[in-house]
Amino acid sequence: MVHQYRNNGYNIVLDVCSGSVHVVDDVVYDVLSGYCKAYENVCEADEDSRCADGCSSCPKELSASARDALIAKCSETYPREDVLEALEEIEELKAEGLLFAEDEYKDYIIDFKKRKTVVKALCLHIAHDCNLGCRYCFAEEGEYHGKKALMSLEVGKKALDFLVANSGNRRNLEVDFFGGEPTMNWDVVKELVRYGRSLEAGYDKNFRFTLTTNGILLDDEMMEFANKEMANVVLSIDGRKEVNDYMRPTRNGKSSYDIILPKFKKFAELREQTNYYVRGTFTHHNLDFSKDVLHLADLGFQQISVEPVVAGPEEDYAIREEDLKKLKQEYDALAAEMVRRHKAGEAFNFFHFMIDLNQGPCVAKRLSGCGSGTEYLAVTPWGDLYPCHQFVGEEDYLMGNVFDGIVRTDVRDEFKLCNVYAKDKCRDCFARFYCSGGCAANAYKFHGNINDTYEVGCELERKRVECAIMIKAALAEEKES
Amino acid sequence: MKRIKTLTSKTLKNTMAKGGCGECQTSCQSACKTSCTVGNQSCESQK
Repeated sequence: MVHQYRNNGYNIVLDVCSGSVHVVDDVVYDVLSGYCKAYENVCEADEDSRCADGCSSCPKELSASARDALIAKCSETYPREDVLEALEEIEELKAEGLLFAEDEYKDYIIDFKKRKTVVKALCLHIAHDCNLGCRYCFAEEGEYHGKKALMSLEVGKKALDFLVANSGNRRNLEVDFFGGEPTMNWDVVKELVRYGRSLEAGYDKNFRFTLTTNGILLDDEMMEFANKEMANVVLSIDGRKEVNDYMRPTRNGKSSYDIILPKFKKFAELREQTNYYVRGTFTHHNLDFSKDVLHLADLGFQQISVEPVVAGPEEDYAIREEDLKKLKQEYDALAAEMVRRHKAGEAFNFFHFMIDLNQGPCVAKRLSGCGSGTEYLAVTPWGDLYPCHQFVGEEDYLMGNVFDGIVRTDVRDEFKLCNVYAKDKCRDCFARFYCSGGCAANAYKFHGNINDTYEVGCELERKRVECAIMIKAALAEEKES
Repeated sequence: MKRIKTLTSKTLKNTMAKGGCGECQTSCQSACKTSCTVGNQSCESQK
């Protein structure tokens, strides 16, 4: 499967199943487009199974007549010798397995998912309470459709014991202090970090603690502790003051921006502008979200993540299908501006445009899903286990607790089978190697089925992958010149 | 090649042999808690 597109003046070709990326001239772009069409036309498989699973009935070469027809057609636009040269280069890459590579991974991934799973990451809901009143909060202002609660030290320790006991040979264990707002239960956070560290040597484990905070209670002592102990911190801020304060007001309706911004700036500097993210959410109310990203960059933040809200159509702030055109333009504009800033020595990192074309994840990671319900679990303040933070409060997905372990193995098994190949809608999508089939919770929220997909999210993910690759192309060109 | 610049010639197929060790970061533990972004994760065994 080949995906080709034009972005910011670059002709980009992604060979989906090999992962190779090429920047091509106009002749190759058009010849390849014709080549793909001709290739499809000679496919002997029925339409439903075409090219999906490394289809073995496809002819490996174009017929001589199809090739001649392609050359004749393209020669109407370009000199014949250029067309022949382009075709030769295309066929050379094809022979090297860097174009038209087949999807040979289905059996491998299904076997991979059948392996015994271990738990490697927990999202600890340290506090089901929050000191902000964010309008879009999926946790219902921290309470997750339930009551306010703080995790006790006892429950937290049991959670870490559960993690160690169920992690098999996995050495790196990840624990995110999440909420609600985790700084509302800070003493327990600190004690759990100490407890985790005390387990490391005896069990040959390495805890990677992370913190997600709204910054309201953040003080120097917290920053110092986090800088010593937390591998990453996620600092919630939406961007421009008016945008942030509309969706993220304090409980008494005041500005949170003014309270958190100076602290976040200090925190980012103390962390030497690395191993943190300022993280925002954009909604229907700020479709021009690139301005929020650039606002954060202009404030000096170098690690930025601003992401689309996920909300049902009944919410006034939900992203709608008719917003997609504008949002895609915003991603394009942001990507182009990031290239410009990079060339001007003002580079910053945007989480959703990060892509590693050379040392990125293996194919098992790319296609086997996010790990929710199997290797990643969420723990409520009272110790209940859910497949992930977004399922907390969905009683059908209550899997067990940190005292008794996983009781609902059927839920675990349902998630275990969730992967790209279990999702029909992913079959012909070029981005499936970058999103791993998307978020199970989003699919459940919109379709009641974790093996479905959330279409608005998919559309935006495809655009982000295109932009991320374009940035790589632009930076590679800069390096050459 | 004159007309094609290859940015990466790494083929994913080659990662089947040694991949799947699972030491890498869980995608939702990075920054994003509302979508699934594995393409930007780094490989732990290549660090």
